[in-house]
This record gives sequence, structure tokens and C-alpha cells, in this order.
Amino acid sequence: MRHPYPLRTVFAGVVLMLAAMGAARPSQAADPIRIGELNSYKSQPAFLGPYRQGMQLAVDEINAAGGIDGRPLELISRDDGGNPGDAVRVAEELVTRERVDVLAGTFLSHVGLAVAGYAGKRKVFFLAAEPLTDKITWSDGNRYTFRLRASTYMQVAMLMPEAVAAKRKRWALVYPNYEYGQSAAETFKKLLKQAQPDVEFVAEQATPLGKLDAGPVVQAIADARPDAVFNVLFGPDLARFVREIDNRGALKDAFVVSLLSGEPEYLDPLKGEAPAGWVVTGYPWYAIDIPAHKAFLDAYRKAYDDYPRLGSVVGYATIKSLAAGIAKAGSTDPEKLVEAFEGLEVVGPFGPFTYRASDHQATMGAFVGTLGVKDGGGVMLDPKYVDGLSVLPSDAEVKALRPASD
Amino acid sequence: MTFDSSLLQSLLFQSVNGFASASGLFLVAAGLSIIFGVTRIVNMAHGSFYMLGLYGAVTLAPRLGAVLGPDLGYWAAVACAALGVAVLGALVEVVLLRRIYGAPELYQLLATFALLLVISDAVLWLWGPEDILGPRAPGLSGAVELLGRNLPRYDVFLALAGPAVLAGLHLLLARSRFGRLIRAATQDREMVAALGINEALLFTAVFALGAGIAGLGGALQMAREPANLAIDLSVLGDAFVVVVVGGMGSIRGAYVAAVLVAQVKALCIALGTVEIGALAFNLSRLTLVAEFLIMALVLVVRPHGLFGRPQAAIPHRGTSEAPLRPLGRPARLALLAGLALLALLPLAEGTFPYAPVLALDMLIAVLFAASLHFIMGPGGMDSFGHAAYFGLGAYGAALAATALGAPTPVALLAGIGVAAAGAVLFGWFCVRLEGVYLAMLTLAFAQIVWSVAFQWEEVTGGSNGLFGVWPDWPFDSRAGLYLAALVLVALALLAIRRMVFAPFGLALRACRDSSLRAEALGIPVARVRWLAFALAGTMCGAAGGLYAFAKGSISPEAISVSRSIDGLVMVLLGGVESLAGPVLGATTLTFLKDNVMRETDYWRALLGALILAVVLVAPGGIAGALRRLRFRAGRAP
Repeated sequence: MRHPYPLRTVFAGVVLMLAAMGAARPSQAADPIRIGELNSYKSQPAFLGPYRQGMQLAVDEINAAGGIDGRPLELISRDDGGNPGDAVRVAEELVTRERVDVLAGTFLSHVGLAVAGYAGKRKVFFLAAEPLTDKITWSDGNRYTFRLRASTYMQVAMLMPEAVAAKRKRWALVYPNYEYGQSAAETFKKLLKQAQPDVEFVAEQATPLGKLDAGPVVQAIADARPDAVFNVLFGPDLARFVREIDNRGALKDAFVVSLLSGEPEYLDPLKGEAPAGWVVTGYPWYAIDIPAHKAFLDAYRKAYDDYPRLGSVVGYATIKSLAAGIAKAGSTDPEKLVEAFEGLEVVGPFGPFTYRASDHQATMGAFVGTLGVKDGGGVMLDPKYVDGLSVLPSDAEVKALRPASD
Repeated sequence: MTFDSSLLQSLLFQSVNGFASASGLFLVAAGLSIIFGVTRIVNMAHGSFYMLGLYGAVTLAPRLGAVLGPDLGYWAAVACAALGVAVLGALVEVVLLRRIYGAPELYQLLATFALLLVISDAVLWLWGPEDILGPRAPGLSGAVELLGRNLPRYDVFLALAGPAVLAGLHLLLARSRFGRLIRAATQDREMVAALGINEALLFTAVFALGAGIAGLGGALQMAREPANLAIDLSVLGDAFVVVVVGGMGSIRGAYVAAVLVAQVKALCIALGTVEIGALAFNLSRLTLVAEFLIMALVLVVRPHGLFGRPQAAIPHRGTSEAPLRPLGRPARLALLAGLALLALLPLAEGTFPYAPVLALDMLIAVLFAASLHFIMGPGGMDSFGHAAYFGLGAYGAALAATALGAPTPVALLAGIGVAAAGAVLFGWFCVRLEGVYLAMLTLAFAQIVWSVAFQWEEVTGGSNGLFGVWPDWPFDSRAGLYLAALVLVALALLAIRRMVFAPFGLALRACRDSSLRAEALGIPVARVRWLAFALAGTMCGAAGGLYAFAKGSISPEAISVSRSIDGLVMVLLGGVESLAGPVLGATTLTFLKDNVMRETDYWRALLGALILAVVLVAPGGIAGALRRLRFRAGRAP
């Protein structure tokens, strides 16, 4: 018999390697403030690469200025595997082995909700950076969880004034078939019906996420002859949709409002084919005259020689929020942090915003504008900043939405 | 909605759309079908070849366009991408797969799965994370008018490209010597080898051909969708469905199945919201699961797909499986000592606070893998949808605990009951099938369960799932739940061992090794297999229930294909021919994932490379390698 591999040697190697990887890290001196961050880096690389750079920029800035009360920030970042099961284990690892002071991050809604549930159970402070679901601050909100980004409800509400002003009667909706798309469509229908009772919804297409069969979907929408469309598709689905509309010469006179399509993450891949005339929410980094943003833009470009994406803003503002909260609390004790975050004022790249005490939602807003094409790329024309507070329900209304908190 | 002529026209037009989509599906599926027919490899990396074709075309089109002009450049890029992927396919076959044809069946699946992980990270590294939208097809960018609507020229081209490839493949198979060899090898591989045909060369050529068609399919999508990192997996599921519905190895069947799937989806989309009485149902939501519904239906009615023939029994190319042996006294004592040590683990919480957390995840994985192994190893029934019972157990327990407020042990029992009911129901259909068809029917059922959990917002919480599923005292501490899980898993493993060596287990193994002889001996083959399937599902439900309580939440991801694949990887990694295999495989994979995810950004590639290393060094899994080591040590002078 011929043995092509020296089995024993290979096994010894594997065992050694495993031992090396499994070894517990020596715990550091308690001096730095340890931020445990987890996110779906592998499954959402386009958004989270810039996000990580934004976080690092903020950490570097804060540490260069002497840290918080003389204590530097230390960022411990992990991949959450893109699913709730792995994410909860990673959160446990950060809390038990790495002994982090706070948890932050997450992108996907179900992952964010699972980690929020964990934080509520184990009484760990958690700042959900990116997940959009309304549930994380409302129906499933808890005492230890705060959320930075404008929620699905807020994003939809921001587009409402334009949708109403267009005075269209026959609306079609197209959205990815999961909670984000469904709740965006529900909110849109509810809010539009309130503002414009005679509106009619003539078509509703719920498409599998990432697997849009663009031809039949565009045709079905066109066959319903809508005079306006509300779109929630993003990423590859958006590109398929846009190209198919153009190929078929469909929806020529329809007015389109679209969620998130102005974010560089989703707009830039479309290049010159960006759908001009769509009213979108997004991040026009090239056309913002907020002073805080100017400083952020310059620092970001200097550090990475690249323009920021929305992810960069979210990452940067996450760290800035944590720093402001810890400074205000004067400690990393979860109870004190929760109290400090309720009503906390932070200055982010879009200027000052607040974490509401009533539902733990940050009032950081977003930009609304009309898409156009400039120099072979999509841009948002005349973007306006919409403050998050202006589109949020009042504290009293929110109280009824948060049965599970405290 | 009224049935007027405009609706009819719209449906007619949508069915024309369907043919364009069908061609896309067919191109991925055809290659998969050819590869499976000849080599019996369930190629998990097939979607990756498709993705590489698309990325290759998108990259080459502008470059070649600059040299040859945009018109020629586009088509040259498509051809080059397809050829490049074919060459890569040949390389994969020669370097990797050829070495493991002797391993037990399905180890090739493990290897191609590892390849999928490596390729996905390689693409991320080479092309970066952003989607890349390719140019439109020159000369085919406009639309033609049909039924008062615009049909894109490229759709017309695609709708014709599918049948053209079908005709080409048909000619190749029917008229050429190479085609005759492929058909012969599909029917009887051993005989082809005995006749002096160079099997190695034939396999390489077939693999290259299959990969090349997938690459072509991907490249042709350049005009319709951006190259992105998620398509490898999303295309893979569709391709499997089409191949199985059509009948594995049948090219004609693959085309018919592709048309069927695409037409049903187009119809769902065209009809949109349908009102039956007071109930309004949005049919477009059905596109999430339509293909799996079709597959389940077809397999129940026609167990070998539309055009498939009963699979010829393939004699194991490796050595046949040795009978299982009960443990000796020293091994039992060692196991007891190990169990005692595990029970003491929470005492070390001060120094290794993370140990009980990771160990709990490992225990759940062990139970999941062991229950799967029970039907795969002794039962000989490969399941690609074992996550269904994991999910049913988890959702059952979570609903009992949250909606009904049941105490933790009762909720866990409720979850186990739900999983058992599901396994009894689905098992009845599945055990009547064989081999890959059985595996695919389990997958179809799992996808149906998944889509129900995903869509039934009011009960299952939809895509987000259920939250606040925390266990009561005394299971609410890390140590408490861990110890409870340890007891449960130890009991389940013991039960599995007892069953395997009991008359029932012997009967089950007899059914696996020769169902004809077992039947002649008076063993009710279908009933024995059904019972085994139900028992495996029940134990898997316990794992799912534990999982829900360990994580405090449950989401449809627990029923997803990737969890079923995880189970397969654990069983195969550990070794399918040994009862210790799933235990070793599950702990190894959980441990590896936990560490690898922390170690590098490219953890998927690293995980894939480690799995590949195991497959190449130890075909037969870890347990197989350990046994060989022991065997060799025993023989040494």
C-alpha cells in the first residue's frame, strides 16, 4: 500500500494549530474601555467595509484626543455569522471572555433583534447600529437596547410629503418579501391612505430577496397601469429592476418613490443607468453643507483616500454615540449607561441628534432628493436633510407601541 | 379580478417572459445534470461556476471591447468566460475530485461544498464587495412589440438560447463518440471502465463540460443582472430543483422542468393579488417557494422526476462498510469518565467563562448531527432537509414557551412533539424514495416548512422570528441549561446506540444493505425506514428546542438550507461509517467555526480549506482516519 500523506505528521500539525487557535487570550489590564462590536461582515461586505473604516476613524480621533476621562477606547470586532444563533454566541463570547463593557453593531434585523433580546436578558448595554426594523425600538424594545439609524418607519415617513404632493391615484408597490419590505409597504399604504383617502393600490409585488425575476415583475406592474410606484428593492434586485424598466420602456410617466436608493452602496453600482427622476432617501456625501459633515468628509478622505458611504457615517456615529454616552455616565455600568443614553445629545456627521428617552431611538435623519445622472454616475439632486424627530411619532404614541420595555 | 381579454393577453405575454427565465435556469441545471449523471457527484460548487462565469464576463467585456470593439467584445467576453470556467472545472476535477472517487459516496459533496466556500471568498478578494453591472448586449438592447407590450430583444435571444443549447447537447450526446461514452457511463460506469475507456479523461471532460455550461449561463446573464456575491447559493437551489424535477441525468427533462418552474412563477407574478371570497392572497409571495412545491409534488407522484429512470444501483467504489461494533469495557469506562469531566465544566466558569457557552452550542450540534447520522449511516437515507425537524422543534418549543406560557421542560416536550409529527408526516412520503431523490424530497419539505415560518407573520414572527424565549429557573443560568442539555444529549446518544444494536437497528441496517433480501426475510422495509426517520426527526426536534432556549430567540434561518448543509458537513466530516463520527464532526465544526470566524476576514475560505484538508487527508472522515490509525498501530511489529 502506498501512503501519499504522512498521516501522523499532518494530524500533529492540525492538533497543534487547533490548540493555538483555541488558546484563551490573556485578559488585558482593565484600563481601556472595551467596545464589543459584532456585525455581518461576511454576508454584507459592501456596506460593512466602509462601516468598519468609519468606526476606526472615530476610535482614532477619540484616542488621539486623550480618550474618555483618560481611558482609551479599544474596539473588539467580530463577525456575527449573519444569523441570530451565531450572533448570540459571539455576543456571549464578547461579554464573557473578552469582558467588553458594551455591545454594539449588527446589520440584519433578525440578528439585531436576537442580540437585543440577549442584551435585555443579561442586562448588557447594546447599541444597535444598523438594523432598520421598527420592532427593535417598539414592539420588542427593551431597557438595554438603543438604536442609531433611522428606522423603516422613519425612512418611509420621510418620503411621504413628496408622495402626497405628487397627487397620484394609482399606486403600485414592489418590495423584497421579508419583514423590512413588508413593513415598509404596510407603513407606506397606511400613511398614504391617511393623507390621501382616495388613493388606490393597483399592484403589489413581493419578490424573493436577491432573486428578483425582473422581467415578469416589471411587466405585471406595467400591466396594472399605475401612475406611481413605491419601491423598496435594493442591491442586485434594484439593478435588475431598473435595467428591466428601461429595456421594456415601461413606467415612462409613473412617479417613483424609492427607499434607500440614494445611498452610495446601492446607487453607485448603477453608474450611468441610475433612474433619473426617482425620489429617494439616501446619502449625497457630495452635496452636504453641514459643517460637522465637512470635517468628517475631510478626515475620512485623508485617512482612507476614498469617499465615505452611508456605512461610514453609521460606523462613525456609533462610536461617537458610545463615547458621548460613556462620558456622560462617567462609568460603563449598564444601568448608568442606560440612564445617560436616555436624552443623550450627540454630534454626528449630520449634525446634532438625540437618543429619545421614550423609545431609545436616535433622531439622526437622512436626506431626501431626486435622482439624476451626472458625469456617468447617479447623484441625488437638491437633497434636503430630514430630521429624524420630525417623522417620529410622539412620546405618548410610542409608549403604547413599547409593551415589552422595562 | 375579471377574466377579460386584457388579462388573457397579459398572461400570454408573461408566459413568453417565462421562456426567457427558463433558459437561464436550464443552463445552470443542464451542467449539473450531466455531471451528476456520469460522476454521481452532487456538485455544490455549481452555483460558484455560474457566478465565476458572470464575474468573468463582466470583467472581460470592457477590456475585450477596447480591443475588438464593443460588439465583438461582448460576445468574446461571454465565450472566454465560459471557456475559462470550463478549464477551471477540469482543473478542479484533476486536482481535487479525482483523489476522492474511492471515498464513500457524498464525500465529493463535502469537497465541492468546501470549494464553494473557497470560491466565494476568492471572488470577494478578487473583485471586491460591490456589485458590478455589466454592459448591455450590443444589437439586442431594445425591445420588440408583441401583444401591445414591449418584449426586450435580449429576452427573445435568451428564450431561443436555451433550446439551442439543448439541441446542441442532444446532438453531442446522440451523435458523437464522446456523447455515446457519456450515455454509457451514465448507465453503467463499471462496464465502461471494463471496456478499456479512459475513465479519468472522460470524467475530466464531463466535469469541464458541465462547468462550462454553467459558466456560459452566468455570462449570458451579464445583460440582465449585476455580478454579485450572493448568486452562487441562490442559483444552486434552483438548479437542484430543476435537475430533480426533470430527472437526474436527463437533459431534456431539465429543460421541461425549467420551463415548468419558470412558467409557474411567471403566472404567480402575473396574477398578483387574488381575491377568493373575502380572502385576499398575494400570489407573488408564492414565488419564494413555488419551485419547491413543484418539486415535492412531482417527487410524490413520480419518484424519479419527470424524465428520470430508476437509478442503477451503483456498487460502492470504495471498500464496503464494515459492520458496527459495540464498545468494549475500556471504551465505556473512558466515556463515563469523559461525561463526568463534562459535567464538571461549569466549575471552571471562573477561568473559562466562555466554555459552557461554546460547549452548549457543541452539544446542540452533536444532537443535531447524531440524529441525522442515525438515518444517514445505519439507515442509508441521505437527508438534505434535516433542518426541518430542528426548526419544527425550535418553533414548537418557542411558541409553547411564549404564547402558551408553558414551563421550560413542557415547552421542550411540545417542540419535540411538533418535530415528531412533522417527521412522521414527511417521512411517510420520503422513505418510499431512494438515493438522491429521497434527499431532494427531504429538502423540498424543509423548504416548505421554512417558507411557512417565513411567511406566517402572526404566528411565527415572519422573517424576524420569535423573541424572548428564555428558559425558567433553574435552566436560566448558563450552567443550568448546559447541564440539562448534557443530560438530554447523553441520553439521546445512548438511545441511538441501543437502537442501532437492537433488532430494530439490525433490521434497519439490513434494509440499507439490501432491501430485497431484507424484504425476503420478512422485514417490513418501508415501515422500518419510516420509524427510523420519525425517531431521527424527534431527536432532532429536541436539539431545536434546546437551541431556541439557548439563544432566547428563533428565526427561519434555523430551518434554512445552510443549516441542513451544516448537518451534512458535520456527519461527513466526522465519518458516516461510525457512531462516533457525528459527535466528532459536530464538535470539530462548531469549534472550527467559532475560532475561524474570529481569526480572519476570509474565514469562509479558511473553513473551506480546512474541510478540504480533512477530505483529502482522511476520506472517510475523522472517525475513519482514527480507525485506520488504530488499525495500522495494531499491525505494526
